[in-house]
Amino acid sequence: MGGAGGIASRRLSAEELSRNFADIHVPLDRERALIEASRCYFCYDAPCQQACPTGIDIPGFIRKIATDNVKGAAVTILSENIMGGACARVCPVEILCESACVRETQETRPIQIGALQRYATDWLFERKLQPFARASSTGKCVAVVGAGPAGLACAHRLALRGHDVTIFEAKPKAGGLNEYGIAAYKVPDDFAQAEVAFILGIGGIRIEFGKALGRDVSFAGLRRDFDAVFLGMGLAGVNALALDGEDMPGVMDAVAYIERLRQAADKSTLEIGRRVVVIGGGNTAIDIAVQSKRLGAEDVTVVYRRGPDHMGATRHEQELAQTNGVTLKHWARPARIVGHRGRLKEVEFKYTQLDEQGRLMATGDRFTLLADMLFKAIGQTFVPVPLGNGAAEPIELAGNRIEVNADRKTSLPDVWAGGDCVPGDDLTVSAVQDGKLAAEAIDRNLRSA
Amino acid sequence: MADLRTTFAGIKSPNPFWLASAPPTDKAYNVVRAFKAGWGGAVWKTLGEDGPPIVNTASRYGALEVGGMRMVGFTNIELITDRPLQVNLDEIKQVKRDWPDRALVVSLMVPCVEESWKRILKRVEETNADGVELNFGCPHGMSERGMGAAVGQVPEYVEMVTRWCKQNTRMPVLVKLTPNVTNILGSARAAKRGGADGVSLINTVNSIIGVDLDRMAPYPVVAGKGTHGGYCGPAVKPIALHMISEIGRDPECAGLPISGIGGIATWRDATEFHALGAGTVQVCTAAMHYGFKIVDDMVDGLGNWLDAKGHRQLDAIVGRALPNVTDWQHLDLNYKIVARIDQDACIKCGLCYIACEDTSHQSIAALTTGGERRYEVIDRECVGCNLCMYACPVTGCISMVEVPTGRKPLTWLEHPNNPLRQAAE
Repeated sequence: MGGAGGIASRRLSAEELSRNFADIHVPLDRERALIEASRCYFCYDAPCQQACPTGIDIPGFIRKIATDNVKGAAVTILSENIMGGACARVCPVEILCESACVRETQETRPIQIGALQRYATDWLFERKLQPFARASSTGKCVAVVGAGPAGLACAHRLALRGHDVTIFEAKPKAGGLNEYGIAAYKVPDDFAQAEVAFILGIGGIRIEFGKALGRDVSFAGLRRDFDAVFLGMGLAGVNALALDGEDMPGVMDAVAYIERLRQAADKSTLEIGRRVVVIGGGNTAIDIAVQSKRLGAEDVTVVYRRGPDHMGATRHEQELAQTNGVTLKHWARPARIVGHRGRLKEVEFKYTQLDEQGRLMATGDRFTLLADMLFKAIGQTFVPVPLGNGAAEPIELAGNRIEVNADRKTSLPDVWAGGDCVPGDDLTVSAVQDGKLAAEAIDRNLRSA
Repeated sequence: MADLRTTFAGIKSPNPFWLASAPPTDKAYNVVRAFKAGWGGAVWKTLGEDGPPIVNTASRYGALEVGGMRMVGFTNIELITDRPLQVNLDEIKQVKRDWPDRALVVSLMVPCVEESWKRILKRVEETNADGVELNFGCPHGMSERGMGAAVGQVPEYVEMVTRWCKQNTRMPVLVKLTPNVTNILGSARAAKRGGADGVSLINTVNSIIGVDLDRMAPYPVVAGKGTHGGYCGPAVKPIALHMISEIGRDPECAGLPISGIGGIATWRDATEFHALGAGTVQVCTAAMHYGFKIVDDMVDGLGNWLDAKGHRQLDAIVGRALPNVTDWQHLDLNYKIVARIDQDACIKCGLCYIACEDTSHQSIAALTTGGERRYEVIDRECVGCNLCMYACPVTGCISMVEVPTGRKPLTWLEHPNNPLRQAAE
């Protein structure tokens, strides 16, 4: 082990780490997929399909699995959701399709839609089949900002319709949060890059890496040089605790650490505390807590200022944390970061409760947790600065995000947007739908122009 | 518990559950295991003439899987026993000696000459078996050699061979009938005329169970080729039920004991056969699927059901449903039922709606009330066909309820739309 104080790398052996960061779900084999598919009732106007943000014909693809038409199943999925492979792994199905399954109503055991979707999409990817072919070239060029799920989905649909696409991506790899943000055990074996390669396989999409909007390319320049622009940036800002000592060694930003973890070829080089405290209640909080545990932290505690029902993380995610040995502590917020010899030593919390008006307030009681590491996971924010607002033609914002209509069109006539930078759920599947809808609207727009 | 003992065509058994003539009854080892498990009787796998033993193919069975359910239908191209005649006879004698209370019937198939039948009957008699069953049903292989179904499909042959047997043995003679005919009454009546003590049916149905799309050959595939086989298993039960009911309600066949065969896997299946007139039942595929242990629930379940219905003996229900089996022309056209959906049990799958909308009478409305899916029957459009009830995956959610019409029963024979109606007045 190497490191300072309670923080060390190599807490676990290479074998333990490789086991801890391997696929969290066992994929269905053909036999199990057929059995599961045979449970589907093939509902009319199916509730699961209505609950899917991308509207995948779920009964349709499950029936194809049941008849061993696995390629057909994969194409049904990917036609509506080009990142159906990633969504099969990361979608919170327990609050989307599977929660709507009539088998859930009937016997509280829904069809494993996510697992079946993975079975079909994996089948196609393993065989390296490319089911999509581009329409004849329109001669139009579209700029896409950000190679995350929204940008890639938009680019793929535009390429399919015959347009040429250039994606400007600030980071050295495409995939967005699938590459840099999702917990490692949900998308192991470099799945994100395999999926990106599949998407780019259609042709007509060029990615310029290391090109950040507002730094390397200007918004005005894109609007000038391209027939249309799609903004698919993520959330660049991270919320702060606003406490003294936030810059103390040992106090870390969860998003940045997960990014480092995802990119680390050798997980044993990552330093992790013996006692880790996570502040936050969303999926990032759960992801950093579970991954800390799997890196070898002894005690990991997630502290959230409200109750389990208020957490952004689903019940399923909360239970995942608990079965990984993470302690979830509700109704407390951080009050003081305490250091010792320049390093984090403990975090003091105030208990909270709701007052009669339903507002969050401190009870007056306090407790302290020893901590070598404190992860902040209290949300990210959209940073509109690169769009150069204040210029002659500002883009309208809705709250802190870019305002869009049902077609994902912004207030500017040639600019569409989707993904985390627009209002709505911050889910991969929603981002894909944004990109898809925007691409169809851009296509209609370019053809009528 | 109710008394399950049966006397069928003079053959006694402790319960009505016999194993049918088939691979499970090919040798003493299997039959003894079956008797230990509780089977009331067994029909020994078909014996043929003495001589060079039968030769079978490798790859003999094929199966129909439906929605992940294995062996809903089953087929075979196996022939009659391939063991030497004397070995079988010796084993039959020993088993009968060791299990005197069980019914032990011997299935036979020899060429269509009286001498052949006479010869083998004499040797079977020496085993002290309880009776013989003439295999006039086997649809594959043996029929190409003028035996099995080749006999069973010609009523004159059925009658002739049955008569030969009755004249040459004191044992009860059962005739096993093939379903591969347009009207089962032809062969059933012929068996009766020939003096049969009872009939067993159905034998297997001519079939190709499926096609191997890679090898482009029918299952089961034998070195790249296949042939039609004998279809059995749960899927053939409806065919069997119909055929035994036809015999059961035929005046010419009155009093002819029936051993029901065809897709029986549970006591409930068996009881349906009894209700349509079967005195005993024979089982094969279910045992080949799950082993002999299934008889435990068959015995137990039938006894419990008889108790619950207040019957002390199995005989009390044999043929009880026959009076209610009639011809279409005698059904009451003024009887009206409509579907009722139990909204609390409904899981909102919409299958009732789409079945009715796409393929029937558009009598279910798909509504959305307060964001919730809701399906309601449009009574005035509902013809009471039952489709929605069967499409619904929730048992009991959709029921068919009688709607009093105030009209007197009216059959087609009396109906004003029938140009040949018989005046009711």
